[in-house]
Amino acid sequence: MSQAFRIENVGLLNRDKKLSFKFNGTTYFGFEGDTLASALLANGVHLVGRSFKYHRPRGFFGAGVDEPYAVVQLYRNGETEPNIKATEQELFEGLEAKSVNCWPSVNFDIGAINNFLKIFLPAGFYYKTFMWPKSFWYRIYEPFIRKAAGLGVASTKHDNERYEHKYEYCDLLIAGSGPSGLASAYAAAKNGAKVILAEDKPRFGGSLLTSDVNIGNQSGKDWAEGIIAELKTMPNVVVKNRSQIFGYYDHNMLVMSEKVSDHLPETKKYHPNKRLWYIRAKEVLISSGSIERPIVFGNNDTPGVMLSSAAKEYLKVYGVLVGKKPLVFTNNDSGYETAIEFKKHGVDPVVLDSRNNPDSEIIDEAKNLGINIKNSYVVVAAQGYKKVKSADIASISEDKKQLGKIENIQCDCICVSGFWTPTIHLASQSGNKTKFKEEIDAFVPGQSKQNETTLGAANGVFSLEETLKTSFTAGSEISKKITKKDNEVAIPNVVEKKSSQHDKFWCVPLPKGKNYKRFLDFQNDVSVSDVEIALREGYRSIEHVKRYTTLGMATDQGKTSNLNGLQLVSEIENKVVPAVGHTTFRPPYTPVSIGAIVGREVGKHSKPTRKSPMHEWHEKNNAVFVDAGVWLRPRYYKRGNENLFEASKREAKNVRTNVGVCDVTTLGKIDIKGPDAAELLNRVYTNAWLKLPVGKARYGVMLREDGIVMDDGTTTRISENHYHMTTTTAQAANVLSHLEYYLQLVWPELNVNVVSTTEQWAGAAIAGPKSRDLLQKLFPSSDVSNEGLPFMGYIEGDLFGVKARIFRISFSGELAYEVNVESDNGNFMWDKIMKVGDEFKIQPYGTEALSTLRIEMGHVAGSELDGRTIPYDNALEGLVSKKKDFIGKRSLQRSAFIAEDRQRIVGVVPLDKKTSIPEGSHLVKDDKARLPNPKLGHISASCWSVEYDNPFSLAILKDGKNMIGEKLFAMSPLKNKVIPVEIVSSHYVDPKGERVRS
Amino acid sequence: MLYINCPHCGMRSQNEFSYGGDASVKRPELNKEVSDQEWDDFVYNRKSLRGKHLELWQHISGCRQWIKVERDTATHEIFRTFKADEEVA
Repeated sequence: MSQAFRIENVGLLNRDKKLSFKFNGTTYFGFEGDTLASALLANGVHLVGRSFKYHRPRGFFGAGVDEPYAVVQLYRNGETEPNIKATEQELFEGLEAKSVNCWPSVNFDIGAINNFLKIFLPAGFYYKTFMWPKSFWYRIYEPFIRKAAGLGVASTKHDNERYEHKYEYCDLLIAGSGPSGLASAYAAAKNGAKVILAEDKPRFGGSLLTSDVNIGNQSGKDWAEGIIAELKTMPNVVVKNRSQIFGYYDHNMLVMSEKVSDHLPETKKYHPNKRLWYIRAKEVLISSGSIERPIVFGNNDTPGVMLSSAAKEYLKVYGVLVGKKPLVFTNNDSGYETAIEFKKHGVDPVVLDSRNNPDSEIIDEAKNLGINIKNSYVVVAAQGYKKVKSADIASISEDKKQLGKIENIQCDCICVSGFWTPTIHLASQSGNKTKFKEEIDAFVPGQSKQNETTLGAANGVFSLEETLKTSFTAGSEISKKITKKDNEVAIPNVVEKKSSQHDKFWCVPLPKGKNYKRFLDFQNDVSVSDVEIALREGYRSIEHVKRYTTLGMATDQGKTSNLNGLQLVSEIENKVVPAVGHTTFRPPYTPVSIGAIVGREVGKHSKPTRKSPMHEWHEKNNAVFVDAGVWLRPRYYKRGNENLFEASKREAKNVRTNVGVCDVTTLGKIDIKGPDAAELLNRVYTNAWLKLPVGKARYGVMLREDGIVMDDGTTTRISENHYHMTTTTAQAANVLSHLEYYLQLVWPELNVNVVSTTEQWAGAAIAGPKSRDLLQKLFPSSDVSNEGLPFMGYIEGDLFGVKARIFRISFSGELAYEVNVESDNGNFMWDKIMKVGDEFKIQPYGTEALSTLRIEMGHVAGSELDGRTIPYDNALEGLVSKKKDFIGKRSLQRSAFIAEDRQRIVGVVPLDKKTSIPEGSHLVKDDKARLPNPKLGHISASCWSVEYDNPFSLAILKDGKNMIGEKLFAMSPLKNKVIPVEIVSSHYVDPKGERVRS
Repeated sequence: MLYINCPHCGMRSQNEFSYGGDASVKRPELNKEVSDQEWDDFVYNRKSLRGKHLELWQHISGCRQWIKVERDTATHEIFRTFKADEEVA
């Protein structure tokens, strides 16, 4: 078959470029400029899929975003994407697509048996059937429904495409490039406003591409092309095609998805697949046009039944005849325009008009062309299964209730026009309270809430002359307010044919004795009878009817079905449509790729990666890294075939026997300066700070106002009014905000400044019995003896010409120091430490060894300070001042916090001294107790004690104070482990803390 | 996304800010005896208003200043913004 339905020399395609593509395995040809839909129709393919519930054959219904049927699985460049509308997908060489929701094939679909079982699949069947027996749900019903329903299949592979986000600001954002969009953009641009004009289709011009009008002595299409060409030359204008504004959010923020590469066989190098624009606009002009609505009749879902505007678009834009024996069924003049186009291209249509004797310029033209017109006639039912073969038609009485004698008429397509529905989604999303406009039987925007204005057909204005007049004026007036310029633009003359009033008729009654399915929602298979059932069962709110029947809930979001659904509900309920109201329009207007929403923030890019100045050294020395917040830290340094356990044990042991060095650059650092700095620390920390001398460090714990420990760390008094605070890596940002909060809002009278200096300093912790010997060699001119630099002392030193800060503080529990130099000197410092340390058998150690060292010393860290513990729980109550007030102190009096059996940190050792206890295990009294087994506590951190060569864990345990010596069980259902354990002191090694002071 | 007028920097998008809760809450003075009820009201009890709400935001990716924002919690309309030390009339 070679494009048998294509007409020569008609349309806007590039006929010089023939493209081949595959649909359901068959190769076809189309042209550059085709959509997948137009190319298939050119080849006479009308069967594209199966419906959601009954698996009825599905063809093409629209020609764009409103398409409910033609949803396909797309294959492009080795990737697959589900739920692509064939009417939106542009053709490219080598495109492959398949039907969805059918098995084994679209031609022979087993699921179509549902069509005969439809009595069992009424509205709300999800909620009614499959309820019994309960045990069947997971094993039988759910898997069956999942297989039978649903559309495409998502790829399980990593998406290699690239998606970008862009932030943009403009004076006027204009949604839609039809006549109103072009006119308003042009007028605003002439006033110097910064304008963004967005069009979701590849071609600009909207309805002007298909309508038979004349603007300023040019065809509508030529006029549109001229305007676009001029706009493109203006520096203050951005014109974007393939760009759908899909959401209108708070404070005039709109989001637009630009398809950059979907129309190409593969994405160009360095190009994104899609670009998501976040646009903050001073004013928004909504010129989103309107969508034709169907008339409801029997079997109106048969392939070959489609919107008359779609048939016209396929003809005028793509040069495709959707049929060679068309039947046009209309309640307004739009159907005639389609019929006229058919006739002009050598095809004889028959027009059925539900109206009695309409009269207009358009109808006159149709009559003059000799088109066969039947007034007061309707289509009762389409006949044919996989394609329309004929139609049952009948005359209809004036009150639209009685059908005349049914006649059968041969046809191969039925083009339906039930008048136009303004696309008010964006306006409604902005908070605009919509109103019902009687003359057009549809909702239009009402009072604006944000700075938005709706123009043209989207505002229910269907005359081109009026649309252009109001749009030029609006673009000019609105931009004038922003730019203060007023460059008048002449409004061109318009020649258009006048149309007559449409008929409110929207649904053909069932003939006696016939039980045709009459569909409202084509993608979700919601028929007239389904809505009737819902109402009969007591659903009244339109929101409930929608959810019970799934009307308007498919990927097309009811663009062609919502209003007819409302008509039906209002008829049954005997209410007017505005009293029924419409369901909420929520973004997105069309489906948006998850990839576009995520943008570049995937994998490693989901957050910034921070590296210490010594990172390269770590890499060169076989460090295995771990994410610590946004930092990358060496977890261990691999030697030979060592694993994590072996390496960390070796590193920790070397700290206990010789000396180790650990990169502690990631610790949060805050510089605190000002005469009231000590007072601030005194209020922030639980212990006393007013008497800390210059040159001394102190360990401190800070609470939240609710008494929970927020963070811990040391703060050093560098000089009279200058302190250096350290925080944990994870809490650094929160602690800074916390200090700023109190300084700016609660105690503004304190004369203190705080600033983060985390990145300014590179830090190395030197720990182990030989650390002082090493330090002496690093700083030969400094006195680092126990007297010269005692525990918690601070001096400044000269590291081979580089200024360094030396703190005698310890996390490992060993004799230890922390050396800080300016970040740029980090590598220099590290090199010196490693070289000079060689004679002391220095080894670098990573976070795993660091954890081991602190755990067996009973030092708390993030796993104990987990946002649920107070100082007592961490055995830190000795640091809580009784004399002074501080943040969170009052909360420590809460009854739960002073309970006798309050939880407290303990050490845990397995009885067999062999089995490591998984972190997160629960401690219980009886491992055989019935569930729920009361939990006494949990394991917060585990290590292999290098001091005693057996596993050791820390736990937060209820009544921990009185539990030392008790035997309990550590249970981890996740790891399927039950380990008998003994509770010991959390200070497993050096409980008196002699080493740090040695 | 909200568009917030930082009194120090001008109009900025919400993603530069972090939310800080009800701005009308006053911390009890240090060293003052406070009842359980007063303390609970300060730490925990919030009104969760519908309508005009004075709240704190920190311009965390900008000037780092804490500011007060008068916002309608139902419509997101922002009426006025204030510096931390500005009295709200």
